Amino acid sequence: MTPLAEYLLVAALLFAIGLAGALTRRNAILVLIGIELMLNAANLNLVAFWRYGAHPELLTGMMFAIFSIAVAAAEAAVGLGLVIAIYRHARTTDLDEINRMKG
Amino acid sequence: MNVVFWILAVITVLGGLMAVTLKNTVHCALALTVAFAGLALLFLQLDAQFAGFAQVLVYIGAVAILVVFAILLTRGSETPSEGVLSHTWFAGLLIAAAVFAVLAWAVLKSTAVLQHETAAPSVSVQQIGSALMGRYVLPLEIVALLLTAAMLGAVMVALHEKGEQK
Repeated sequence: MTPLAEYLLVAALLFAIGLAGALTRRNAILVLIGIELMLNAANLNLVAFWRYGAHPELLTGMMFAIFSIAVAAAEAAVGLGLVIAIYRHARTTDLDEINRMKG
Repeated sequence: MNVVFWILAVITVLGGLMAVTLKNTVHCALALTVAFAGLALLFLQLDAQFAGFAQVLVYIGAVAILVVFAILLTRGSETPSEGVLSHTWFAGLLIAAAVFAVLAWAVLKSTAVLQHETAAPSVSVQQIGSALMGRYVLPLEIVALLLTAAMLGAVMVALHEKGEQK
């Protein structure tokens, strides 16, 4: 295997782990943790393609990863704010119990 | 065979695995920090120093702390008696396994990954700074606006509701 394929496989495994976490856990915060893992796996792909790609001096992949980190930070802040708001309203973060759109 | 890469990969994947499987939510957050640190080291291994340090600052420094705060504010650290898995857990696991199988198959079959080791690109922070201020200035401004809006939005959403007793 080439180094690029190794990095891509690790990223794919991390993405699958994050997806499994987001789909199987009951706690809303654990679902957000799974989403963060998936975003990070995508970042690893971007940086690996940048490193082993055709024109690393153009910085394209790394810039994409840096912007993606910034967007993920915004996502985490809003997501956890929503979880706290839902907890204050419904007194639970259990996603199986939160089954009404109307408060 | 790169030994350092494999050690870092094992640390990262184990951290991620523990982050989604442990019962105690606080332990999950700590395992998540390990996974983030492993990813930052993988970025350094890929000669992307700036991205690695940004990863340490943003994820370990901010997102992990935010997750711990949210867990403690919502009393999420108590393990529920009826288990931690949702009732559709089997379908979720199946979907994740299928996604991994497709991704791994695509990576192993692809001819795009066949290129060999290239020389390590030397990227200085100065180059990144001038790229951010030149070619990428519009995305930079948009991200700045997005972060401001997200911060205000998070505060607004998490504010106390009107007429709510404490």
